[in-house]
Amino acid sequence: MLKVADVHVYRGRTHVLKGVSLEVGRGDIVALIGANGAGKTTLLRTLSGLLRPRRGAIRFQPRADGPEADLTRLAAEDIVGLGISHCPEGRGVFARLSVRENLLIGAYRRRDRGGIEEDYRRVRAIFPILEERAGQAAGSLSGGEQEMLAIGRALMSRPALLILDEPSLGLGPMVVARLFDVLAEINRQGVTLLLVEQNAVAALNLARRGYVLETGRMVLSGPSRQLLEDPNVQRAYLGGAA
Amino acid sequence: MTADYIAQQIVNGLILGSMYALVAIGFSMIYGIVRLINFAHGDIVMIGAFVTLGLLQSLGAPLPVVAVGVLLSGAGMGIAVERAAFRPMRGAPQVTGFIASLAVSIMLQNLGILTLTAQPRNFAFPDYLQALIHVGAVGFRVIDVVIMLSAVLLMGLLLLLVHRTRLGMAMRATAENLDVARLMGIPINRTIRAAFAVGSGLAAIAGLMWGGKFGQIDPLLGYVPGLKSFVAAVIGGGGSIPGAILGGYVLGLAEVLFVGLLPPIYSAFRDAFVFAALILILLALPNGILGKAAEDRA
Repeated sequence: MLKVADVHVYRGRTHVLKGVSLEVGRGDIVALIGANGAGKTTLLRTLSGLLRPRRGAIRFQPRADGPEADLTRLAAEDIVGLGISHCPEGRGVFARLSVRENLLIGAYRRRDRGGIEEDYRRVRAIFPILEERAGQAAGSLSGGEQEMLAIGRALMSRPALLILDEPSLGLGPMVVARLFDVLAEINRQGVTLLLVEQNAVAALNLARRGYVLETGRMVLSGPSRQLLEDPNVQRAYLGGAA
Repeated sequence: MTADYIAQQIVNGLILGSMYALVAIGFSMIYGIVRLINFAHGDIVMIGAFVTLGLLQSLGAPLPVVAVGVLLSGAGMGIAVERAAFRPMRGAPQVTGFIASLAVSIMLQNLGILTLTAQPRNFAFPDYLQALIHVGAVGFRVIDVVIMLSAVLLMGLLLLLVHRTRLGMAMRATAENLDVARLMGIPINRTIRAAFAVGSGLAAIAGLMWGGKFGQIDPLLGYVPGLKSFVAAVIGGGGSIPGAILGGYVLGLAEVLFVGLLPPIYSAFRDAFVFAALILILLALPNGILGKAAEDRA
């Protein structure tokens, strides 16, 4: 569904991604882990078109029987229309807009009024709290509620692929557990997930496959079970001695 | 000093405040969305005044037609300024944008002098707009009433646009976070262009009012009102439209009352007073009257 091949990205003069490759299969959950500064967020921002790679290919096939698109040639505002929704680091809810407006903005590119209504109902069913808070300014929500709003907003574009950047950041353990349940449910409803996480255990437990990014290079990839048992991964990211 | 005299000064203050408010809105909208102060904004007022002169006096068009023409020409100028001076600077350090807009301002003023000469031109509205109305001892002209009512009408329409339409929602979202707005699929170039068009259209209408109120226009006329409207936007609370409106009226009233209530010898200091008021208000309320705590855009 998504094929990233040998992508190089610079920020200013810094060579942040040095030939990164990654694949996400249809219906899959893929976790991307790595230390701070490894380039995880840079990779996600490149996928959604906020940054341009200097070299490399990013190909996305929204539907199994449909054509492939070359994302390196598209602007961010058009990539979302293809079916990639990026839930940014730090949530990025529009604090001064109401919860309802935030959700409607998620569907900004869509014109199918009936479909938008349907997805609005679906999102409210997944996150009942958003229903209660519909008229409030998004900035007045708690961190966990804002994360739910950011994910709900991302779902409003009816994505084929949902990209999440550190959704558990700054949330308590109970909220994180609930969040990962919701992500599993969203995946069961047919949305492919690409997840960047500091919380490597939770991410690898949810995901079927994982990648490890270190200072701009993919150093490891495989089924997440295998990564969880890898002594190097355990030492570096899982906080345990092998 | 009688109550009637004070009432008259308040009316005059509201008229001046209406104009400041209309110009200040554009400063706020543009600052809100691109985080840049558009120094050329005051010169859109001047362009609006000259377009009015052309349509009204040379072509003899009726006032509503003139108003629409002025609005559209201001919007067109705003779009041109954005395209020429702001879009190429996007992502550059803030100071680059300031300087670019300052350059546009100087160019517009000098282009005006070159093509229209620096000679002030008399600006006469048709007689029916100049007729005097008396309410008690307070007198005003029909044009004054038109200025005040149309300013309120335009501000109401603007608030509807910003809070009740899809475009307005996109503008508010883009103002809050440009990158996330792009992730949502909002075409930010079109949204920024719309903010420039709307803000500049209102400034051009203020130019129409300026000519009608003061009866004389010249190519440098936008400079001082532009600066004062910028002060109004800052006093009200940077980046907020209600703040800009409030700041405009507060400043207009304060300026007129300062001139009207103090002995005439001080009236030459009216501009100094405006900027002194800015300093005092910002010392007490660093974010302006309606401003919230400073926000960062990561």
